[in-house]
Amino acid sequence: MFGLNPKDTRFLLIVIALTLLTPILLNPFPTESGLAQFNAGYPALMQRFAIYGLMAIGFNILFGLTGYLSFGHAAFLGVGSYAAVWMFKLLSMNVIPAIIASTLVAGVFALAIGYVSLRRSGIYFSILTLAFAEMCYRMAYSVLTPITNGETGLQLTLNDPRILDGGEAITSLPVPGLFGLQMTSYSTLNIAGWSFTFSVGYYFCAVVAILGFYLSLRIFRSPFGMTLRAIKSNQQRLNYTGMNSRPYTLAAFVISGMYAGLAGGLLAAMDPLAGAERMQWTASGEVVLMTIVGGVGTLMGPVLGAGFIKYCENIFSKINEGVLHGWFGFLPDGLEDLVVWIFARFVGEGWHLTLGVMFMLIVTFLPGGLVEGGRRIAARYRNRGKSDAAKQPAE
Amino acid sequence: MGILEVKGVNKRFGGLQALGNVNLSVQENTVHAIIGPNGAGKSTLLNCLVGKLIPDSGSVMFDGKSVLGRKPYEINQMGISRVFQTPEIFADLSVIENVMIPCFARRDGSFRLHAIETVEREKDIIEQAERMLADVKMLDKRHAHAGSLSRGDKRRLEMAMCLVQEPKLLLLDEPTAGMARADTNNTIDLLKEIKAKRDITMAIIEHDMHVVFSLAERITVLAQGTPLIEDTPDNIKGHPKVREAYLGEAQV
Repeated sequence: MFGLNPKDTRFLLIVIALTLLTPILLNPFPTESGLAQFNAGYPALMQRFAIYGLMAIGFNILFGLTGYLSFGHAAFLGVGSYAAVWMFKLLSMNVIPAIIASTLVAGVFALAIGYVSLRRSGIYFSILTLAFAEMCYRMAYSVLTPITNGETGLQLTLNDPRILDGGEAITSLPVPGLFGLQMTSYSTLNIAGWSFTFSVGYYFCAVVAILGFYLSLRIFRSPFGMTLRAIKSNQQRLNYTGMNSRPYTLAAFVISGMYAGLAGGLLAAMDPLAGAERMQWTASGEVVLMTIVGGVGTLMGPVLGAGFIKYCENIFSKINEGVLHGWFGFLPDGLEDLVVWIFARFVGEGWHLTLGVMFMLIVTFLPGGLVEGGRRIAARYRNRGKSDAAKQPAE
Repeated sequence: MGILEVKGVNKRFGGLQALGNVNLSVQENTVHAIIGPNGAGKSTLLNCLVGKLIPDSGSVMFDGKSVLGRKPYEINQMGISRVFQTPEIFADLSVIENVMIPCFARRDGSFRLHAIETVEREKDIIEQAERMLADVKMLDKRHAHAGSLSRGDKRRLEMAMCLVQEPKLLLLDEPTAGMARADTNNTIDLLKEIKAKRDITMAIIEHDMHVVFSLAERITVLAQGTPLIEDTPDNIKGHPKVREAYLGEAQV
């Protein structure tokens, strides 16, 4: 089915099912329980899972397959956001033209940046992409203010032309939508103590992310994908085998840049504003972390990594000292203060510290990322099943 | 006219004249060995043939066309395949994928964005690769990870990757360097088998006289960047000039 073999089809169907059921799966705790703060099933966070998952999937096509580590993918994310907001301002509040424009504009940027950067490989390539992304960021802040609205960020206004929407006078800012279906609308389902939110925005992002995942699956299984892996493995041999590695790496770079642009367009579709800080190098570094934490070169890894990091960011940063005092209230006073003080370094503002520790642990003990962890657990489980089966005849 | 014509090639690295006025003609369907002591310029000459180095002067014509200034992938597309001193394979790919890459290179040229096709559906390519692997007796290892092969198998795989392109000229850079005698003999047998099965021109750069005299039909002796003599193996054996080049002094 879908041009895939049965194994990949099953894999894709599982991914689709998990994605569509996310609003339920990520809300395992009843609303009133003390653990409800660990629930991740609210639209703003789930949208981030899908959007950054999509970006990491694209990044993995470049980094996972060819081994070229780009440190400038945030530039494409930012460019995509600006392109989408401009489409909202000029053309229509419909998200379809916006995300198409963001993908194409990011593709053009990726072509230009990739053409120059891919003249070098290894660390020099990484530094070049980093330099280009910082240039984009600085320019968006300063000289390009007429296009990017500088520090304030690009926003919708009441007197934008919006040609396709009729241009009639409005009294409140419009909301991006899909043929009348507003991205911010949602419905809530209450069952017993649980409350599940199904939002249009999340499902739109989810469908786009699934399409992106499917495309990446096809690329992984294609001769093109195999050639990209050959580049990572031995570029010299490939060149002496009659293939020109440059256009292959450039194509991979442009494809992954377009994924990032699409992700930027989706960010703008969920919340129609675009700021320069989206292009900062920390944002480029984040997608590298996501891919490594999840598992470089694996299909599912980048999505897991993106989910993991965005979950930590949103959940750990919400826990403050008040919450900690609630947890450790049973301890004697002096000890309680000490324990709360220690834990407070790792949550709230300090959630980056937790992320850093987890990143170190994963890189040290699970070089293949979360996917490798999953595989090891599965292998252990299977081995135990096997040894049990082996014991059976003896009894 | 040979299939490969090297005329008046010079190459200088700073003060060192690596190649001085080299003339070489490799005839179609022969095994031509280029031998010589260390530092004779064998590797420099080979690198000039495959596009890694550009000679300072002279011409290198392959099949009537100049190869000078062309990139390695263009020269490969013209019909020259190269076997390296240490086997260069795609260690992270499976054995059959290693052979499929050159099949794609031959069918689709130096670049094609075949991102939506599926490898599994490329039946012709898979069959072609499997036939080649059967030829070098590696079909049973086709799903193995290429990096985990023994050195001898890596060499066989590299040969298979070159041969599946059906090159007009196969260049071998010291194919038995660092091998034990048994492995060397296996490689010689493999090359003989390859030669017996198809029309192919081979140019071998080699150190090991045993290999050279078992395989070559023509031999060029290179010393200090210049060809000393070119002849059949029988005439090269015991030729005073050759002994002088290898031993330094003529033994009278």
